[in-house]
Amino acid sequence: MSQYDSIDFTDLLALSDAEVVTHSYVHDVPLPSGKVLALVTLDNGMDYKRPNTLGPQSLLEFDRLLVTQRDRAAAGEIHAVAVTGKEFILAAGADLSRVSAVPSKAVAVKLAQLGHRALGRLGQLGVPSFVFINGLALGGGLEIALNADYRTIDANASAVALPEVFLGLIPGWGGAYLLPNLIGIENALKVIIENPLKNNRMLKPRDALELGIADAMFGSARFLEESLLWADAVLNGQPVSRPNQPGKIERLAKWNIAVNIARKSVEEKLGMVAKSPYLALELLEQARKVDKEAAFAREDEAIASLIVGDQFHASMYAFDLVQKRAKKPAGAPDSSLARPVGKVGVIGAGLMARQFALLFVRKLKVPVVLTDINQDKLDEALAYIHAEIQATHDKGRISSDENQRLQALVSGTTNPAEFSDADWVIEAVFEELTVKQDVFAAIEQHVSEDAILATNTSSLSVAEIGAKLSHPERLVGFHFFNPVAVMPLVEVVNAPQTNETSLATAMAVAKELGKTAVITTDSPGFVVNRLLARLLGEAMHAVDLGTPFKVVDESVAPFGMPMAPFELLDLVGLKVGAHVLDTHFAAFPDRFFRSDNLHKLAEHGSLIVRGRTDKITGYDRGAEAIVKGGTTPLTAEEIRLRIEDGLADEIHRMLEEKVVSAPEDIDLCMIMGAGWPFQMGGATPFLDRIGASQRVFGGTFHTPLIAGTNA
Amino acid sequence: MTAGNRVVFVDGVRTPFGRAGEKGMYWNTRADDLVVKAMLGLIERNPTVPLDKIDEVAIAATTQQGDQGLTLGRTAGILAGLPRHVPGYAIDRMCAGAMTAVTTTAGGIAMGAYDIVIAGGVEHMGRHPMGFGADPNPRFLSERIVSADALNMGATAERLHDRFPALTKERADAYALRSQHKVAAAYAAGHIQADLIPVSAKTPAGWTLATVDEAPRPETTLEGLAGLKTPFRSHGRVTAGNASGLNDGATVCMLASEQTATELGLSVKMTMVSFAFAGVEPEVMGIGPVPATEKALRKAGLEISDIGLFEVNEAFAVQVLAFLDHFGIADDDPRVNEYGGAIALGHPLASSGVRLMIQLAHQFQRHPEVRYGMTTMCIGLGQGGTVIWENPHWNGAR
Repeated sequence: MSQYDSIDFTDLLALSDAEVVTHSYVHDVPLPSGKVLALVTLDNGMDYKRPNTLGPQSLLEFDRLLVTQRDRAAAGEIHAVAVTGKEFILAAGADLSRVSAVPSKAVAVKLAQLGHRALGRLGQLGVPSFVFINGLALGGGLEIALNADYRTIDANASAVALPEVFLGLIPGWGGAYLLPNLIGIENALKVIIENPLKNNRMLKPRDALELGIADAMFGSARFLEESLLWADAVLNGQPVSRPNQPGKIERLAKWNIAVNIARKSVEEKLGMVAKSPYLALELLEQARKVDKEAAFAREDEAIASLIVGDQFHASMYAFDLVQKRAKKPAGAPDSSLARPVGKVGVIGAGLMARQFALLFVRKLKVPVVLTDINQDKLDEALAYIHAEIQATHDKGRISSDENQRLQALVSGTTNPAEFSDADWVIEAVFEELTVKQDVFAAIEQHVSEDAILATNTSSLSVAEIGAKLSHPERLVGFHFFNPVAVMPLVEVVNAPQTNETSLATAMAVAKELGKTAVITTDSPGFVVNRLLARLLGEAMHAVDLGTPFKVVDESVAPFGMPMAPFELLDLVGLKVGAHVLDTHFAAFPDRFFRSDNLHKLAEHGSLIVRGRTDKITGYDRGAEAIVKGGTTPLTAEEIRLRIEDGLADEIHRMLEEKVVSAPEDIDLCMIMGAGWPFQMGGATPFLDRIGASQRVFGGTFHTPLIAGTNA
Repeated sequence: MTAGNRVVFVDGVRTPFGRAGEKGMYWNTRADDLVVKAMLGLIERNPTVPLDKIDEVAIAATTQQGDQGLTLGRTAGILAGLPRHVPGYAIDRMCAGAMTAVTTTAGGIAMGAYDIVIAGGVEHMGRHPMGFGADPNPRFLSERIVSADALNMGATAERLHDRFPALTKERADAYALRSQHKVAAAYAAGHIQADLIPVSAKTPAGWTLATVDEAPRPETTLEGLAGLKTPFRSHGRVTAGNASGLNDGATVCMLASEQTATELGLSVKMTMVSFAFAGVEPEVMGIGPVPATEKALRKAGLEISDIGLFEVNEAFAVQVLAFLDHFGIADDDPRVNEYGGAIALGHPLASSGVRLMIQLAHQFQRHPEVRYGMTTMCIGLGQGGTVIWENPHWNGAR
């Protein structure tokens, strides 16, 4: 874009002193037709664990190289330019490592402009441009490809995506304009809005081909060779078909409708707080009018406004937690202390026990034995588990050999002696102290000396559960979230008597199960339930005072949480919710609330009214009648402040009590265990930036604040 | 089983050959990937071949470890995406690996055990220098079963000069120069490129596409050759200029029974007449092609004069000259190595046999007046191998 030619980008170099530079190399390749293609390789010189990223230096180098190629094309030396990446990687996008240091919007704009200038060169070479997507292509990496005239993709590229909206950004190096104009508005909405909001779902190469992001796909063994032959054919007139490219009718009739539908669905899913999806939607809507320069200028403005905002900074913080801290859990003992787990025992045959058995057998692929005193219940559990495994086979997700292997690994017994060679025994029995105590005391007679015992308690003291054990040091808390197969968090409870071997084994097991484990102390509610109890207690308290459900639910809308308080209660189950509030009130009567009304609601059994598509349409009349009678209702504003301050207070206390090592662990738990959004950074960046931390304890959880410069 | 099937050479291709070592174009490319890329190229240009009808994949390598280990024929077949039921194995006969892959599977076709096979070879001498990691039995030397020279190919070439004083350094250099010139001419005419499968290769400065052989030095002069060092002997005769170099490369070809080729309408570039291998003293391994050729001619019922085109592997110029002298063929006979040879192109050990066949097949098309051709090569530790082929384009019968 000529609009970018005269901009001086040198001030960006201040942000790139530690940049891992992705270099641009070029080799001329003779094509069979006699034409010459300049093949550009992006390579940061590191292995695949450090993907190519695009910082200011990388972009400037790429820019300079493409200017040279443009001149060579004009001189007739080359007939095409193609870009590809180092092994397995095209590029993982913009280098975001120093973006938090961007001092002002004026500088942020330049970051966007530099990307537009460098990548935009692919459209101004005077000869056709190609990108051979040889591997991972995310965000700005994929936008390199979108800026070119043609694209091929390796059938084994690990992922292709525009994940910007997931991170609180928008595809701002041309993606928001180029993609809908290449593959149609509905497909573009899917890639830019829908997928990032589905827990950052990515595309497989086959999807990219079908959507029209890539024009051709080739196997890895000869990907580059075949891509070059294909490019030669295109250069010599072979037509490229793009059935998804939008036509006039799509632009006139379909475009805005599609965007509006997508906007409604984002509103329902996220509320109105998160900024990036709406900005992206706006850009996508505008992309209908074919005016590249104006579109790129809009992208510059949008991305800059996000970069200096709070939500992006919180999102980067959250992303870092999920990507890095989750993999190196704070306070974990040396992993070499972990005992190998070659056989698993599950005590119980109920719903939870079945979920455990399925998860353990699928992930650990070791014998899993369920035990229960009731043979009928055991039979029922085994039938269920076997049917579930069979179903995964029938869906084509496991081979018939694997099916038979897993089926054979699960068994049930009423004889606890069969636990004698189990290395890991987890209980899933009724949530009552004496029941759990007795169950463990009984099983300890049968297990080997080395076996680790784990309890899935959510509300009881792990130390007390182990009180009747002769070796309580082998007991560790292992708190899953429902549904067990889906929720990524396990709170690993390091009770006072738990020894390092047990803790290390629990961490290793969690990892093998594919879960993120956070170590907590043996304290009521651990992390997630304690904070949810504080929040739901406040919500229920407000209702008890006479505040309508609706006012309470709407009071926290400014947070942008995935669920309003009563929707959450409805999901957790009213009975469970009432129980959780009771136990937390018992532990901390000075500041937690319990509610008789909630018990009555649980008995009544209905709170939320849902419409046809499961959409919440209102509250149950009967439920509203039950809670009637409060005479001092709170305003939404009052409730919001109470919840904000309550959360800040509780987290502050938890950190004082050292329930976890750092605020980062609280946030990781709330993101993974309760689905709290990236734009809040979990909890603490949000509480800091809205002033709750200052109000409550006169400080902040983070110094400096995790917030944008807003300058 | 029906015995006595005639075996045809359907098609053959190779990667461009690279110079071995850190500066070579394949330094960062795996040996097995070279085979797979060649195999895919072969399959691609023979689209009528039903892949599920391939009965065997035989791939040779001299050093079968690392990326040349793990039963190359099988791994390469899997990596190239051949159907899983297509079997494969690995072969080693040093320099004649690919040639042996061809003759062994041809034997299977003649026997009726196979209809279609893929045979080839690879040597990444940058990653696997000759003899690297080998552990020769000490008895070889302690009992003087062979002399130390036998294990050093350059030294065996010097011994050939010793044995045949008429084979002077000057003749060897002149031969080497002609090889360089013939390769340059063949390239200029497009005869070599026709059967090359370009290979993408990563360098520290990005991806490149190897489209031509890296080793040829068309600028070579007699003066230049005369001034080269003789690394195997002080004041010796064998130099880097009149010997093949250290190279990386892979070759593959497809063979079929004549009947299958007819049924499926496959191309027939050559028809196998006979083959033979023969042993000689390891100290003069370069003489190996002589007894192997005599044996192959005898089995075919042919005389040396029946052979219209020769593809002799040029491990060393002196070894080719020894062969030519033995059969009374002139050093510059145009029937011999028309497109030049390994002195210019390179000799990635176990891959070279099929390169000879690829070049002979190309020449057959251009020489319908020739009925019979020969591919022959010397083999480390004292062997020779020869395959005699008939030209399906021969016009003399009609």
